[in-house]
Amino acid sequence: MHPVLRTVLQRLGLGLLTLLVVSIIIFSSLIFLPGDFATAILGQAATPETVAAFRKELGLDEPAFIRYFDWLRGALVGDFGTSFSGRSGGSAGAVRQVADLIEPRLYNTLFLAAMTAIIAVPLALTLGIMAALYRNSWFDRAVNAATLTTISFPEFFVAYILMLFLAVKFDVFPSLANVSDTTPFGERVYRCMLPSITLTLVIVAHMMRMTRAAIINLLASPYIEMAQLKGVSRTNVIVHHALPNAWAPIVNVIAFNLAYLVVGVVVVEVVFVYPGVGQLMVDSVTSRDIPVVQACALIFAATYILLNLFADVISIITNPRLLHPR
Amino acid sequence: MSTKNKQKHGREKGSVLLEMRDVYIDGYSDDKWHPIIKGVDVTLHRGEIMGMIGESGAGKSTLGLAAMGFARPGCKITKGSIMFDGMDLRAISETERRALHGSRIAYVAQSAAAAFNPAHQLMNQTIESALSHGIMPKAEAEEDAKKLFAALQLPDPDNIGYRYPHQVSGGQLQRAMTAMAMSSRPDLIIFDEPTTALDVTTQVEVLAAMRNIVDQFHTAAIYITHDLAVVAQMADKIKVLRYGNTVEDADTRKMLKEPKEDYTKTLWAVRSLYKEEQANEDVVLRIHDVDASYGGGIKVLEDVTIQVPRGRTVAIVGESGSGKSTTARVITGLLPPIKGEVYFNGEPLPPALKDRSKEQLQRIQMIYQMADTAMNPRHTVRDIIGRPLEFYLGLRGAALDQKIVQLLELIELDESFIDRLPGELSGGQKQRICIARALAAEPDVIICDEVTSALDQIVQEGILKLLLRLQEELNITYLFITHDIATVEAISDEIVVMFQGGVVEQGPKTKILNPPFPPYTELLLSSVPQMDPDWLDTLLADRAKKGDVMKASG
Repeated sequence: MHPVLRTVLQRLGLGLLTLLVVSIIIFSSLIFLPGDFATAILGQAATPETVAAFRKELGLDEPAFIRYFDWLRGALVGDFGTSFSGRSGGSAGAVRQVADLIEPRLYNTLFLAAMTAIIAVPLALTLGIMAALYRNSWFDRAVNAATLTTISFPEFFVAYILMLFLAVKFDVFPSLANVSDTTPFGERVYRCMLPSITLTLVIVAHMMRMTRAAIINLLASPYIEMAQLKGVSRTNVIVHHALPNAWAPIVNVIAFNLAYLVVGVVVVEVVFVYPGVGQLMVDSVTSRDIPVVQACALIFAATYILLNLFADVISIITNPRLLHPR
Repeated sequence: MSTKNKQKHGREKGSVLLEMRDVYIDGYSDDKWHPIIKGVDVTLHRGEIMGMIGESGAGKSTLGLAAMGFARPGCKITKGSIMFDGMDLRAISETERRALHGSRIAYVAQSAAAAFNPAHQLMNQTIESALSHGIMPKAEAEEDAKKLFAALQLPDPDNIGYRYPHQVSGGQLQRAMTAMAMSSRPDLIIFDEPTTALDVTTQVEVLAAMRNIVDQFHTAAIYITHDLAVVAQMADKIKVLRYGNTVEDADTRKMLKEPKEDYTKTLWAVRSLYKEEQANEDVVLRIHDVDASYGGGIKVLEDVTIQVPRGRTVAIVGESGSGKSTTARVITGLLPPIKGEVYFNGEPLPPALKDRSKEQLQRIQMIYQMADTAMNPRHTVRDIIGRPLEFYLGLRGAALDQKIVQLLELIELDESFIDRLPGELSGGQKQRICIARALAAEPDVIICDEVTSALDQIVQEGILKLLLRLQEELNITYLFITHDIATVEAISDEIVVMFQGGVVEQGPKTKILNPPFPPYTELLLSSVPQMDPDWLDTLLADRAKKGDVMKASG
């Protein structure tokens, strides 16, 4: 087997193991949380008998490890159980599947994340390469100052400023990103522009500065001097000779920021009233809807693990020593 | 050597190609600009090879790069003219200079391993300048590169170009870099210490290949090195540099025969250091039938048996990868062997460092190649030498200071050095401090791992003399690891020849260095460059006659 394939499989196995450990942590930490869903729903006035019956119906009376394995078995096939909310005490009228609750929200979140990534990653790489090429010039300074400024403001502030200028003063984009599953693609992109720009401004600094630093770090290498002495142009020295050796640190930062786009955008979702997973999770925590919280946490963990795995794989295949062993 | 692709470019020897007049170059350090090159002239004719020698810090590389109109970051050419084929390299624009680089003037760097981009195949890098300067189309350039690889005697010339730098050996990379420089058939190549990082056995092949190809295309070259014997083989004329000034300019044969300046003579004198060998029956250290490996993989040492007589110097010679340093690691306990024992004064030593007593640790000390990295840069000389004195001898306070000063005197430094940091010492002084640190433990045996390899010839001589004097006064035993035969002649009583993890032979110096030789020893010894300008020709003719040239790197 090719060593790269072996390493990738190894990492994948480790990733799954991590996910398993995370699932145990998620499950057990929610058990130890104070408060009880049954009491919360039924109110203080409910008799102990009613509460006990309700708990039995939800399966809360089973021992924790049995509930964990039931949950895990379901999660493996995409069945995260039924939501606690949407039930009225005692009656099993409108039971909602957690998966059905999450699915449209997750689609929205991934859509916004992908759209932002498509704008932000090439932008950050280009700016980083140009900043390295013209390092210490006014361009370099301007890019650094601008990206640092946007990352220094809180997200909601950036969001409101953009809204003020691009939606209120000049009616370029809509201020609210209210989409539904029937919204056509073009319309969806249009409505997501403002949240997407906001997120771009938040994540671009980190990636751009890492690109610049990783490249500049290599510029003192003998093979860069050699390229210069071979008469290679400045742009080619950076793009052809420095960048291929700089991917490992850059791609790690990209993965980190993409993960943030999936799991950390609740503030932006709230500001633009965008129906994403972040909002769903916050709502579920408030209403102690434990199955939904568990499912969201597991999805977030999986996102982090997958993206980091992806970064590892890119680091490996851009390293010729690993890709082409002796 | 194939002559099929011999081409004439109308570049017969004769007319002036490069003319540098009164060049001054400044370097930036300690927040100030300092002169590095102070008014040097260079005249180079087409097809001529000029050797440039001097100690490190003489400004050789800086001047070599200036011949391309290039100054490293932190350097600037401040004065003088650099005329290349009628163009003033200082006056033309950066774009015009870039058009010359790689097409008409090429550069071969000291460490090919670092100068090749790890991310690209050799072929792409070899033909890069020919392509980017539009000299020939890709397919033609690749075919030409394969011919150059063949001319440089690289193995499998048709396919080696499609390998990555880490997939070929150092000697092969150095030759590939010569091919890279030749690919656009430049008028001038700057060779910056191109064989310094190679083993002698590999160096011979690279030297022969470079000289042939330069000859074949009538390329002019500046050959920078600190090794006189190497420059004697390569150059038509020699320039000696010191502190950024020209010391002496002369034809190679004339300079070798009758050097004029005192400084040049001292460069020559180093090679004449010699120690009369003495035998001793009393064995202080015995390595018996040792096998060792890193991480349980392939054996890097196999059946190694070495005897070290008390108060004498045993030199271990061999090329890189032959197991010299691993042997040292086994003796010191850093790498417990998988088979065999190490006996010290007849007693077996525990294999692992952690099982050895303080007394056992104290008896064997070590000095390393890179004095720079062997000392904590934040410790003063007092801390560095004082540490083993406290640890092994329990000295404190005034007694400690007194002993440190004694040790400093022993290594020919005065007590003003006691509060200095390593950064405030020269390379030779640093190595002296490392010697003092080893002496502080009052050891029986000192293992010297390539301790002079990183130093200039003159500094080397000082260190070797010091080691010899200390041996005489203190009856210390040295185990001296080196790949340099001149050093071996200067310091050893006995020699151990190692090859691919095994001992080829051990014996008194006069026996090992005189015939009859086992084949590997002969290859190793005959590969050591001599000061005779005809040495390489004679050697190659001899080896061709015998027809059994062992491929040392391949």
